[in-house]
Amino acid sequence: MPLLHSAAMTSATPGDIADALRAQGYLPDERIAQVVFLAERLDKPILVEGPAGVGKTELAKALAAALGRRLIRLQCYEGLDEAKALYEWNYRKQLLRIQADEQAAWSEIEEDIFSEPFLLTRPLLEAIRSVDPVVLLIDEIDRVEMETEALLLEILSDFQVSIPELGTIKAVSRPMVVLTSNNTRELSEALKRRCLFLHIAYPTIERETEILLTRVPELPESLAESMSRVVASIRSEPIRKPPSVSESLDWARTLLALGVERLDDDAVNDTLHVLLKYQSDVEKVAASLAGD
Amino acid sequence: MLGILTGFVEELREVGIPVSMVETIDAARALEHVDLGSRSGLKAALGSTLVKNARHHRAFEAAFEVFFSLTGPVAGSDEMEARREAAMALLSGFRGGGGGGGGDSEDASDLVAALLRSLRDRDEPLLQAVVRTAVDRLAGIEPGRPVGGAYYMYRVMRRLQIDDVEQELLNALLDVDAPSLERRLVVEEVQRRLEQVREMVRSEIRARLVADRGPRAVARTLRRPLVEDVDLSAATRDELVEVERVIHPLSRRLATRLSQRRRRGARGRLDVRRTMRAALSTGGVPADPRFRRPRPGKPEIVLLCDISGSVATFARFTMQIVYGIAAQFSRVRSYAFIDSIDEVTGFFGPGVDFAEAMRRIGTEAEVVWLDGHSDYGNAFGRFRDAFLDEAVTSRSTVIVTGDARSNYHDPNAAALRAIARRARSLFWLNPEPNRYWDTGDSLMGVYAPWCDAVYEVRSIRQLERFVERAAVPTVRPQRPLA
Repeated sequence: MPLLHSAAMTSATPGDIADALRAQGYLPDERIAQVVFLAERLDKPILVEGPAGVGKTELAKALAAALGRRLIRLQCYEGLDEAKALYEWNYRKQLLRIQADEQAAWSEIEEDIFSEPFLLTRPLLEAIRSVDPVVLLIDEIDRVEMETEALLLEILSDFQVSIPELGTIKAVSRPMVVLTSNNTRELSEALKRRCLFLHIAYPTIERETEILLTRVPELPESLAESMSRVVASIRSEPIRKPPSVSESLDWARTLLALGVERLDDDAVNDTLHVLLKYQSDVEKVAASLAGD
Repeated sequence: MLGILTGFVEELREVGIPVSMVETIDAARALEHVDLGSRSGLKAALGSTLVKNARHHRAFEAAFEVFFSLTGPVAGSDEMEARREAAMALLSGFRGGGGGGGGDSEDASDLVAALLRSLRDRDEPLLQAVVRTAVDRLAGIEPGRPVGGAYYMYRVMRRLQIDDVEQELLNALLDVDAPSLERRLVVEEVQRRLEQVREMVRSEIRARLVADRGPRAVARTLRRPLVEDVDLSAATRDELVEVERVIHPLSRRLATRLSQRRRRGARGRLDVRRTMRAALSTGGVPADPRFRRPRPGKPEIVLLCDISGSVATFARFTMQIVYGIAAQFSRVRSYAFIDSIDEVTGFFGPGVDFAEAMRRIGTEAEVVWLDGHSDYGNAFGRFRDAFLDEAVTSRSTVIVTGDARSNYHDPNAAALRAIARRARSLFWLNPEPNRYWDTGDSLMGVYAPWCDAVYEVRSIRQLERFVERAAVPTVRPQRPLA
C-alpha cells in the first residue's frame, strides 16, 4: 500500500496525493487533490464544506491513512468549550496532591499542581503536542457557537496554544488540519481567512460511477453507471433530502443483495426508500419517475 | 503574474466577493507552488485561497474564465491557422457536393450535421472543431464592440439550429418502447450534452472577446450581481431561480437560530444532586460544579405575510421562506393577508410542492375581505380576534413581512400591539427601501414602536443580516403604554 510519508510528502505532486488517497479507497477529484497539495505546501488548514454525506469526514480519514499519520478527531457540538476541546486541569489529582502533603509550603504545591502531570489534554492540545505529525479533524465546526470558534484561531494560524499557568505551548510537529462544515451557519471571517476553502459538491456521474465501483467492487459496471445517472436525476428533483454518496452506496449494496442486474422502473421503485429518507420524497420521486 | 492576480482580485471585489489582503497574499504564495500551465491547478489555488463561500463560486468561475484560461491563440497567428486547418480536415466529410469553403458561408448545414454526429457518437475532437468553426463563421464578431457576447451566442445557436439538433438527437437515441425510467435518463443525457455545447460556444466566444479587448474590459461587461445582492422586487426570472436555490438553506438557518434560546452564556442552574455525586470522588469537596443544561426550545414561529400585488415578487419570496421553514420544522404557523387574513399553514409542510401551495393560497385562502387592496389594520385586527389566542404564546417569534402600505385605511396599531404583547418577539421585514418608509400611505412609523426591530429586506444579503441578528437575545425595547 503506497504511503506518503512526511519525507515523500515534500516532493509529492497533486497527482501523487490523488494516487495515495485512491489507494485508501477515497476517490478525489482533481480539485480535492490540488487543495490538499496546497494545504500541505502552505501549512494551512483545509475548510471542507458541502452537503451531508459527500465524504467530507472521509477525506480526513483517508488523508491520515495515506500519510500514515494518526487521526485525532474533535467532534463539535453546541456547548463545546475549552475544557472539552483544549485542556483541563485534573482537579482530582490536584486535590489529592494537596491533601497528601499538607505541611508543604503553598508556593511549592502551587508550582507542582499546575504542571504537566496534572494537565488533561483534549484533542486540540493533543494534536499540537504529538511528536509524530498527526491529522487533526475538527468535525462539523458549524455546530459550535461563534464565540467558541475563537478558541481555534490561535491553533489554526500559529499552531500553538496558550495556557495561562504554563505559558505558550508550540507545536512539536505541524499537524495537518481538516475542518468540516455543513454550512448551517456562516463561519466567522477570521476563521475562513485562515483556511483554504474546499467545497465538495455531489460528484459528477462519471466520478460517482467510479466511487460505486471502488467501494462495491462486485457491482457490474453497467449497473453502476445507470445507478449514478438515476441518482443524479433524483438529485435534480426539488426534494427535502437529496440522496448522498453514502446513500447511493447503500443502494448499490441493496441492489446487489436483491440480485438486480439491470435497473428498470420496478427495481428502482422497490428500492427507492434506501435512497430517500422521507416518505414524501419517495412518493414525489416515484411519481416523477413514472413520468407523471 | 502578480499584475494579473491583483487585477483579478480587484475584479472579484468589484463583483462583491470580499477578498482580504491576507487572502491575496495567500493566493500569491499558492501560485508559487502550482504549475501555472495547468488550468485546474491554477483554479484550485485561486479558488481555495480567495473565495470562501460556495455561493460565490459561480461568479469566481466567470471571472476566472475571462482572466486566466482563455489566453488562446491570437487570430491570424500560426497556431490559430493550424487549429483552423485541423478543424477543416475533420469537418470536410460533412460538406455537401458543391458546398462553399472559406468562412463566408451563411449556410451552416455541414456544421449542423457534424454537430449532430459529434453529439451522438460523443466525438469530443469533432465537437471542438464544430464549435470553433461555428464561432468563426457564424458569430460575426465585430472587433472593439463593448458587448458581453450574448448576442453572438444567440446568433451561433440559432444558425446551428440547436432546437432541431436536440430533437434529432432525441429521435436517434430515444427508444419509444423503452420504459419510462430509461427514456427519462436519455432525455437528461441529451440535455446535458447540449448544455455542454452551449458552454463550449460561450467560452469560445469569450476567448475571442478577451483576445480583442483584454480581460478587464470583458469582465466588466459580463459582471452580474451576486445572488445575495439581487434586488428581490426587480429580479429577472433567472435571478429568481438562483435566489430560490439559496433560500432553502437560509430559511432552515433562520429557524435554527430562532430556536436557539439563549443557550449560550447562561449555563443553567446548579445541579445540586450531580454536583454532590461528583464531589464524592474529590473527598467531598465540590471541585467540579455541575449545571443543568438549559434545553433548547423548539422554534415557534408565526409568520404574517402580505401577499398583495404591490409586493407580489417579495411575497413569493417570503412564501419560499415559509415553505423552507415548514419543510423542516413543524411548529410554524403561517398566515397570509391582503385586507383580511387567513391561515395557510396547512398548504405547506414536508413534501408539498411549492407551486401547488401557491395555487391553493390564491384560490382557497380567504385573504380578501372587501376590495383586495392591502389593509393592514383590518388584517391585524382579524388576526387578533381569530387566531391570536391559539397561535401565539410567550415563546413565539412573530415575523410580519410587507411594505406597510395600507391604502390610507385605519392603522389599528392597537391590534399589532396586542400581538406584540403576547409574543416573545416581533420582527418586521419590509421590502421597501428605508427612505420610502413613512411616505404616502406607508404606516411603517406607526407600527415600528411595537416591533422589536424593523429590517429593510430587499436582498438575500439583508435577509442574512436579519437571520444573524434575530437569534441574539435582545432586551425588549420599552414600549409606549398608550
